[in-house]
Amino acid sequence: MPFLGQEAVMRGSLLAEAGIPAPGIYLGWGSFLIQFGNLIVIVLMVILFVVALFLPFPRGKGRK
Amino acid sequence: MTPDGDTAAGTVDEEPRFSTWTGTARGWMLRRLPPDKLLPEDQPSYVASWIYVFGMGAIAALVYIIVSGCILALNGPAWYHVSGLGHFINSTHLWSVELFFMFMVIHLWGKYWMAAWRGGRVLTWITGVIAFVVSIVTAFTGYLLQTNFDSQWIAFQAKDALNAVGVGAWFNVTNLGQILMWHITLLPLAVAGVVALHVVLVRMHGVVPPLDAAATDAQLQQDLPQRASVEGEHL
Repeated sequence: MPFLGQEAVMRGSLLAEAGIPAPGIYLGWGSFLIQFGNLIVIVLMVILFVVALFLPFPRGKGRK
Repeated sequence: MTPDGDTAAGTVDEEPRFSTWTGTARGWMLRRLPPDKLLPEDQPSYVASWIYVFGMGAIAALVYIIVSGCILALNGPAWYHVSGLGHFINSTHLWSVELFFMFMVIHLWGKYWMAAWRGGRVLTWITGVIAFVVSIVTAFTGYLLQTNFDSQWIAFQAKDALNAVGVGAWFNVTNLGQILMWHITLLPLAVAGVVALHVVLVRMHGVVPPLDAAATDAQLQQDLPQRASVEGEHL
């Protein structure tokens, strides 16, 4: 519903103006709890690690 | 300065002996890190992999962190909390820290799985661990300098932990002035110093070969007798 969305945006901007950080999104499975932003960073690192292992490295021009 | 005795300086077979501490120190440094090792023109063939890029990626991020930090320090919070450009530089300072830690952790994973402490590289590994720990403390003090409710919350949670381990008296996270000084002087110097030592050690010992590296590689052939004897001691 658009009205609720606008209200949430307004509340977020008011919190930001007051210097209060947004509460954030948390994901949990049983006793395991993680903030969504932290999960993104960890998943991104794992993807970069795996890609670095398998992506061919370009050959330098004019090198031995 | 000339070396003592009849032996000419620079001879290959016999090392020159110096009577001064400067000459001794120079000889010691040149033996361990000759110029061609400090600034090599090429690397072994196994370094041609993306997994070897992340250490330099972390250093590139660290350079930007220091440059943006200098700009923030020169202009002060009245600038970076208010002006558009100040907000931008402040944000890129934060995001380069995010990149620094991401690259450093991937570098750590890569080096862990290739057992990078092999071949007399234990001190390289240890300085990497120290760089990681000191970086965490530096980033933590950065969070405390946001001067908002978030940083206040972090400081008041952390003070209990720091008091519990007995360092709260001289590392007082609720003292903004003290934490600012730690963040912009002592800790950046510590991070830069440890990282510089880490890089020098990498240059001294060479990039660690993968576990299944071909023994035909030039560096492996060159270092094989020494490496074989060092690893033999640990078996």
